[in-house]
Amino acid sequence: MNTILETLKTKSIIGFLTLCVTAISFTSCSNDDDNPDPVNEEEIITTMNVTLSATGGTITLQSQDLDGEGPNAPVISVSGNLSANTTYNGSIQLLNETETPAEDITEEVEEEDEEHQFFFTASGALSGVEYDDEDGNGNPVGINFTLTTGDAGNGTLQA
Amino acid sequence: MKYCLILFFLFTGFNLFAQDCNSILIGSVIDFHDNTPLSGATISITGLDKTTISKEDGKFSFRNLCDGVIELEVSHPVCTTKFVVVTINGDTFEKILLEHHLEELEEVKVVSNIPKNTNSGQEESLSQKELERSSGGSLGDALKKIAGVSTLNTGGNIVKPVIQGLNGSRILILNNNVRMQDMEWGDEHAPNVDINANQKISVIKGAAALEYGGDAIGGVIVMEPSPIIRKDTLFGKTQLNLFSNGRGGNITSSLTKSYDSGLYITGQGSFKRLGDLEAPDYVLSNTGIREMGVSLNVGKRDFIQGWEAYYSYFDTEIGILRASHIGNVDDLIQSINSEQPNVINDFTYTINRPNQEVSHHLGKLNYYRRIEGFGKWEIQYDFQQNRRFEYDIRVGDDAEKASLDLQLTTHSVLTNLKFDAKQGFDLKVGLLGRYQNNFANPATGVRRLIPDYDKYDLGAYGVAEYRLNDAWTLDAGLRYDFNRIDAKKFYLVSRWEERGYDQDFNDVVIEDLGTQLLTNPTFDFHNFSGTTGVNYEIDNENLLRVNFAYSQRAPNPSELFSDGLHHSAARIELGDLRINSEKSSKVSVSLEKNSLDWGYSFAPFVNSINDFILLEPTGVEFTIRGAFPVWSYRQTNATLIGVDASIYKNWNTIIRSEHKFSWVRGTDVDTDTPLINIPAANLNNSIEFKIPTWNNFLVGLESQYVFEQKRFPPNITVFSPEQQQDILLDINTPPGAYHLLALNTEASFSLKNKNDFTVGLSVSNLLNTSYRDYLNRLRYFVDDMGRNINLRLIYNY
Repeated sequence: MNTILETLKTKSIIGFLTLCVTAISFTSCSNDDDNPDPVNEEEIITTMNVTLSATGGTITLQSQDLDGEGPNAPVISVSGNLSANTTYNGSIQLLNETETPAEDITEEVEEEDEEHQFFFTASGALSGVEYDDEDGNGNPVGINFTLTTGDAGNGTLQA
Repeated sequence: MKYCLILFFLFTGFNLFAQDCNSILIGSVIDFHDNTPLSGATISITGLDKTTISKEDGKFSFRNLCDGVIELEVSHPVCTTKFVVVTINGDTFEKILLEHHLEELEEVKVVSNIPKNTNSGQEESLSQKELERSSGGSLGDALKKIAGVSTLNTGGNIVKPVIQGLNGSRILILNNNVRMQDMEWGDEHAPNVDINANQKISVIKGAAALEYGGDAIGGVIVMEPSPIIRKDTLFGKTQLNLFSNGRGGNITSSLTKSYDSGLYITGQGSFKRLGDLEAPDYVLSNTGIREMGVSLNVGKRDFIQGWEAYYSYFDTEIGILRASHIGNVDDLIQSINSEQPNVINDFTYTINRPNQEVSHHLGKLNYYRRIEGFGKWEIQYDFQQNRRFEYDIRVGDDAEKASLDLQLTTHSVLTNLKFDAKQGFDLKVGLLGRYQNNFANPATGVRRLIPDYDKYDLGAYGVAEYRLNDAWTLDAGLRYDFNRIDAKKFYLVSRWEERGYDQDFNDVVIEDLGTQLLTNPTFDFHNFSGTTGVNYEIDNENLLRVNFAYSQRAPNPSELFSDGLHHSAARIELGDLRINSEKSSKVSVSLEKNSLDWGYSFAPFVNSINDFILLEPTGVEFTIRGAFPVWSYRQTNATLIGVDASIYKNWNTIIRSEHKFSWVRGTDVDTDTPLINIPAANLNNSIEFKIPTWNNFLVGLESQYVFEQKRFPPNITVFSPEQQQDILLDINTPPGAYHLLALNTEASFSLKNKNDFTVGLSVSNLLNTSYRDYLNRLRYFVDDMGRNINLRLIYNY
């Protein structure tokens, strides 16, 4: 009787220990001291360059946010004044400047143009924006557009 | 004279019987627990017509025995009968230990008083019936039936329990004695448990049960599987639920085989599938769920020793409301102001982006042994692996990539000793060691919200319970926990500087990558917890409990390290490396009466928390994509006071009514403003008619009134790029009060055995009321669920 009990006891303890050991060796596989790989965000857009050209000259607008979703707000710069009552041919360039050299995201947008569209909000002295391109389904994309200015004044363009 | 007689017989025996049949067996019957001799035990020799009774000192004897093997049957009025095999070889002495503390086997007794996990703590359980009615729902929804428990929701299927105003890491969930490690910190991380794998679920409000962990400032949820009957039997149960809202259902089935020897094996599985849920006026697009759980339990329970091996796997895929995935602060402003979801699609079972996929493995090995005259020793090892994928709406090559891919692996070893040899005094001491690793997969191409880390925990505790007399029981406990968290985290240089970490934490930077820094923050936390209380049974019907608990909780990885954009909520979440442990002092009192006619419970509490950690909206950050609200973690001193009250009345044998009320008030003491996300007061009234003669027919009507939360922190002002001005964002203003009705009816029938088949029909949100709940994160975007009709079929075999 006692021997049976002893055997049972030893068996269950050995079984328990074996399982513990198995479980511990399970851990050791995933436990390494290497530093994690940095993630350079693939989809981040740090910079948007808008080029507006007309016979009177070319104006560039830039919104640049080098830390992406970091605390710093985008820096917006405008190269000069637009002329009144003029139609500009506009184009958009998107960059990821967290990488060197900077990655041109516009190419990706062009490739996946059926899944992208730029929306424009123009106000103030800007009279309107019209799309000048379309994707395979005939829908507008907005990489190329035309911008018409009205009488002299201030205006805001959002894309 | 007696001795002479015995001597005479002895000699006669010697003469009459064969030579080797003169052996004497002297035995002693002893209580296993405290080694006291047991008198009045009946001992008989199987096959021979010999019976005797043990004397005052537990001793007994048989004479004139032949050498060889005999079997004794030992029985005692308060113990289980035991058979002992004894080898007689000349004069033999045998010590027989009887067991009359049947804790391990108590499930076979009809238990009048449900065993509790605590003595002085506020504790309430859900019955098996209540769990059956909640079978198709979540743990949080099931627990809502307990006064003082509310839920923090992200839609209809991601439900986190809130106990007396506290949630997340402050609530510890114990699944079959294993502490769940499933990234409980996130607001939209529901507990990864299958409620169908459990037969009893209890809630301990507050840190009264120190053996489970010292950091349960909010409370402990104890989930226990079905008890095993120690006899040769095979039984099982299958339950099917169908739901009108979500147009799906769940099925769960379990089967148990047990043996006289104490050996048992139990298997259980469940599967759930629901499509889009529906509000009264529209489809809540992309709120479907697919969930499955399996568990297997093998073990042997004997009085002296026992073991158990348990494995469970839980896997779920949950859609996140499509309308909640917004691009910027203007969408949020528009959504809050318009009160109409911006995306409503047709009903579908398909789960699209955004969604989450979570799987959880849990394995456990457990061994216990009773030590004669001393107590019980237990050791347990458990392993858990939680894998979480969160998918946002991504396009092009990234469309199939998760935005968050975390794997949390945890190993724990715990051991404890329970001294119960002394009547009326129990002492339990235990040790815990735990290792945890979090791996954040960089393949997502998205900066990690939670970094890679290793976490080490060591804990030691002692809890004692002393029964002064029949009326008074005292308890006390102490616990120490050490936590070390060793993380490797990348910070954007701009974030590092904005938070001022370059001043305070520059020594943890291990690599400079230009725009990013790799840092190695390591934190040690030493936490002490203590609890003491008294349980006073005024008379058979009235009870008073008073408990004081002091507990400390180390910050979780999300509170320390969160850093990034959370798409499904369109918010940037920011942790803080400076956050230290929360310290809670809670006094809770409960006065209860339970009689056949009526009963009540009145349980007020005060919880004063120093360095309370909270997440609140603090402003807006701009990116090229637009602006996002920022939610930051902050520490302050807080006070929560509240009361849970309930009363029931059995009007006659048929009608019973029950009324519950709970209220909690949370204040940020430092700024004297209300705390965020504190549940509103709610009142629950129900009436039930039960007619046992009509196939146990039951019909119940329940009314739930949730008051408007009038106390909330001030709203924030944000700059709207679209409107080019600062506007007030109503992000904290709670929705109005609401009232819901629910109906439940069921009856049971006898197919093969008595009442083995139950049919139930219940309807929640009977009037199809449109409402929004303050603690639902999706309240900015959509109404809560509308009417839901549930048909359930339960078959026991």
